[in-house]
Amino acid sequence: MDLSALDPVALIASLLVAATPLILAATGELVAEKAGVLNLGVEGMMILGAIAGFAVAVESGSPALGFLAAAFAGAALSLIFGLLTQMLLSNQVATGLALTLFGLGLAALIGQPYSGIKPPSTPQLDLPGLSDLPVLGPLLFGHDAMLYLALALVAGSWWFLSRTRAGLILRAVGESHDAAHALGYPVVAIRLGAIAFGGACAGLGGAYLSLIRVPQWTEGMTAGAGWIALAIVVFASWKPWRVLLGAWLFGGVTILQLNLQALGLDIGSAWLSMTPYLVTILVLVLISADRTRVALNAPASLGRVFRASG
Amino acid sequence: MWRLEARPEPSRAMQLATPVLAVALTLVLGAALFAALGKDPLAALRIIFLDPLLDPYSRSELLVKGAPLVLIALGLSLGFRAGVWNIGAEGQFIMGATAASAVALAFFDVPGIWLLPLMALAGLLAGAGWALIPALLKIRFNANEILVSLMLVYVAEQFLIAMVSGPLRDPQGFNFPLSRLFHDSAVLPVIIEFTRVHAGVLVTLMLVAVFWALMRWHVLGFAIRLMGEAPRAAGFAGVRPNRIVVISLCASGALAGLAGMFEVAGPAGQLAPALPVGYGFTAIIVAYLGRLDPLGVLLAGGVMAVTYVGGEGAQFGLGVPAAANEVFRGMLLFSLLALNIFVSYRLVRAPARKVA
Amino acid sequence: MSFLSLSGLTKRYPGVVANDAVDLTIAPGEIHALLGENGAGKSTLVKTIYGLVRPDAGAMQLEGAAYAPSGPAAARAAGIAMVFQHFSLFEALSVAENIALGMPQGRTGTALSDRIRQVSETYGLPLNPDRLVGTLSAGERQRVEIIRCLLQSPRLLIMDEPTSVLTPGEVDLLFATLRKLAADGVAILYISHKLDEIRALCDRATILRAGKVVAVCDPRKETARSLAELMIGAVLAAPARAQKMQSDTLLEVAGLSLPASGAFGTALREIGFSLAAGEILGIGGVAGNGQEELLAALSGERRTRADAVRLRGRPVGALGPNARRALGICAAPEERLGHAAAPEMSLTENAALSAITREALAPAGFIRWGAAADFAARVVRAFDVRTPGVSHAARALSGGNLQKFVIGREVLQRPDLLVVNQPSWGVDAAAATAIRTALVELAAQGTGVIAISQDLDELMEISHRFAAMVAGRLTAPRPTAGLTIDQIGLMMGGADVAA
Repeated sequence: MDLSALDPVALIASLLVAATPLILAATGELVAEKAGVLNLGVEGMMILGAIAGFAVAVESGSPALGFLAAAFAGAALSLIFGLLTQMLLSNQVATGLALTLFGLGLAALIGQPYSGIKPPSTPQLDLPGLSDLPVLGPLLFGHDAMLYLALALVAGSWWFLSRTRAGLILRAVGESHDAAHALGYPVVAIRLGAIAFGGACAGLGGAYLSLIRVPQWTEGMTAGAGWIALAIVVFASWKPWRVLLGAWLFGGVTILQLNLQALGLDIGSAWLSMTPYLVTILVLVLISADRTRVALNAPASLGRVFRASG
Repeated sequence: MWRLEARPEPSRAMQLATPVLAVALTLVLGAALFAALGKDPLAALRIIFLDPLLDPYSRSELLVKGAPLVLIALGLSLGFRAGVWNIGAEGQFIMGATAASAVALAFFDVPGIWLLPLMALAGLLAGAGWALIPALLKIRFNANEILVSLMLVYVAEQFLIAMVSGPLRDPQGFNFPLSRLFHDSAVLPVIIEFTRVHAGVLVTLMLVAVFWALMRWHVLGFAIRLMGEAPRAAGFAGVRPNRIVVISLCASGALAGLAGMFEVAGPAGQLAPALPVGYGFTAIIVAYLGRLDPLGVLLAGGVMAVTYVGGEGAQFGLGVPAAANEVFRGMLLFSLLALNIFVSYRLVRAPARKVA
Repeated sequence: MSFLSLSGLTKRYPGVVANDAVDLTIAPGEIHALLGENGAGKSTLVKTIYGLVRPDAGAMQLEGAAYAPSGPAAARAAGIAMVFQHFSLFEALSVAENIALGMPQGRTGTALSDRIRQVSETYGLPLNPDRLVGTLSAGERQRVEIIRCLLQSPRLLIMDEPTSVLTPGEVDLLFATLRKLAADGVAILYISHKLDEIRALCDRATILRAGKVVAVCDPRKETARSLAELMIGAVLAAPARAQKMQSDTLLEVAGLSLPASGAFGTALREIGFSLAAGEILGIGGVAGNGQEELLAALSGERRTRADAVRLRGRPVGALGPNARRALGICAAPEERLGHAAAPEMSLTENAALSAITREALAPAGFIRWGAAADFAARVVRAFDVRTPGVSHAARALSGGNLQKFVIGREVLQRPDLLVVNQPSWGVDAAAATAIRTALVELAAQGTGVIAISQDLDELMEISHRFAAMVAGRLTAPRPTAGLTIDQIGLMMGGADVAA
């Protein structure tokens, strides 16, 4: 095996690409969880976004329209979750699982005619001069617009949550919905908004997979990315910037094992394919072991059913 | 103007009625889905829900498909009752099947009535062991069992591939990732002639009775229900949450592993990457549809088996894609969760508001 | 000229009329008491004024104009502010963030922090804007609520049971603040069932019973007894205190320490005391000073060093709840729904919850549900629990009835030691008397009783000795006979020093 075949610049550049779907989905889920909503349907929303984005991009020839459709599809699916958990007071864990099962099925159903097609390609940002710089060019300036949008989303979420009054209200709702209700804040409406935002972000993350990262449509192509995004939110201790760290870590592990597989490493591709999932477990264990920190950072009302009194 | 009003206590009648209503609602939604797919909705519903009950062979297939669903859901409902979320039953199913296959292949061509029990034991232990991982990580490191057990499904899938393309591969199989076909003493006896109904179905029925008695009468069943209903009250009653986490995860893992063993030693007869078909996930729906009660799970498993058998019929007869059945099952769970509100709330006419 | 007047306000809930044609007027600068038992309809009435509840009938007028708030925001805009009994605060947010959330629009950052400091100095309410609310004592949290209200320059301030979480010293501080506000022309609606406080503070009192106004009076011209009779509608017999206590030591606690369980929990520090058979030890103190933790350490829900807790000389600190029950220790936690009882489960199941061991309900591991139902029925009969039957869910019971059930379940198991937290919290006067009588009778038969309560009158009434919990420590118990309110205040008042 020849490890020198691994080009570090290309590796890191593809790491950034591999991390982007996770950044998008995890940031959306983070905002939803900050509002006190635990939506385990990320995987379902992602895969529906993947096929919706793919189908619309293929039919219209426009990746931009595809991403728009993906965000819309993710948000629409998430609102089923919103309706059930916020209006009909269903258990969030069970409803999230239902959303994932439903989303996987629906995406497979819609996706039947789209197997084996190439989507229209998304243009790379090409800044004359900057993109041609050695090392820095491909690392920093040679990507598609969605990748930068994902980074902007992280920054925006951080600013929104920590610097704006609306963000403070959203956090308050996630901390104690009863207290927020007593102060007169519309708990259900705020949560529905956060759920839809989470759904839209997950949809975008899925479309990024099918339109840019892979790029094609296959059934079940998210392969647990939505669940990893959920783990990243825990890893990030509900802090937006740390989502980047988590996503890059998983992106790095994924890219590394894929490259090792391509090099024909001797240990069998199945064993290498396990690594992202094993790393997820390992990271979860390391982060969760500090119970006080988790308790301090996790929104206190996370996953609890809210029913207005009076 | 209608609004929801809390009932003073949960309605027993609604607890029994909601699963039935959910099935009815799903039929309506399903008809809309099939119409949207350009199929005759009534024909599709007839093929999916009626035909499997009319033909004797289809009826026997209900038992074949229903048994693993019931078996897995039985274990899951135990954990869900306690608020312990094992959603990695698919992985435990795979590990049970793989371990049972390893035993079958290790004693290939060795006749003996001890072989099937040994395979069952291997399946139970492998499933329980795989579920023990999230249990230990939860009680020792506070790691979320939902995410860990789910991640282990993907690991188990890869493990299965590694096994059938490595140590368990058929030496005469032209390098296809498949095991040899099990020899006779490693295959479950068929209990109804000319069908695929195997001895595992009987074991499943017996386990339903055992679990029903356990949940109804035994202190462990009471402790599990308490922990799910009111964790602090459970602590006051002397229930140790860590013990319940381990017991419920391992029990559900063991049953999923046993279901895996039944599947390889029953209908499949060999280990193959295509063995897992999502029973571990569908069983989540079965557990809920059965209201997390062993007898309810039995009925719900029957309903779900109908959609499997009938879904195959619709696939061949009408060209309804297999994915439509998954959507269908998702809608069933949605309907159930939505209607669940009527257990604790009722619709009343809101009085006209005097103050604007 | 009244500031706010209510006429004919009526609010019905399923099975109960919470407010029945209530009339009330409040003038500017007036401190007006709303007095009534638990369940008399005080909370519903103030929630209506604050826009959280819409009345079914009746009208409100604010300075002569019709007033019908669409929600709390509208109430606040109209100059009405409210300090809740159970604080509507966010533990993981800072004082300043908490206050910002209660303000109409975006005032944040240093400007707000400066305003907080300014108001807290003017009204004598010291507070640091940057601290997390979760780290504050109950008294400090109330200050956050009050400052949050004062920053909006309210013209009516509603206080719902404000002193239930305060030490006697903090109560004086609060009263000084309220008098200052009233002098500035702010109307104050003061909700309480504590008669002495109302007589000391309020200008006028409206007394509610079962949703109806039964009297409007000047509390300074009434005696505590006459007020109580107006409030309750009957004359009550106090339970006789058990006169004799036996001399042999039942329980010894020494060097009992426990780390805090959650991020904002209280740690127990070096608790030591002893209890004789037949003795009732009253433990007072402001909520959140370790009372819950002490009960958990005694009941076995939380385990400690084996010899930190000894029952008749035998170390039991490392045993779980059922092992301790087998030895004779029973307990009734404060939170009825969710801790002492499982809300969705039947009374039969809730009887089994703590009685499996002592009532031998599950020989060989299988529960005899028939026997459990019999035991539940015995509790229901002996403690006059109003329920259609033992197969009904615990949450279908009213608070008072469930409390009688919970206490009765433990008392009927004939424990050697009974630990109860807040035995009569939130129950009506008749039920409270019944519960206290049961505890006194139990002690008379030789059971040691530890009664933890925030109701000092209750503790003075039933206990032989009194101790106070302060920041996870327990003061040395002193005989109740002859104990003055000042001495009790000193015992409880370590709070500010230690916090």
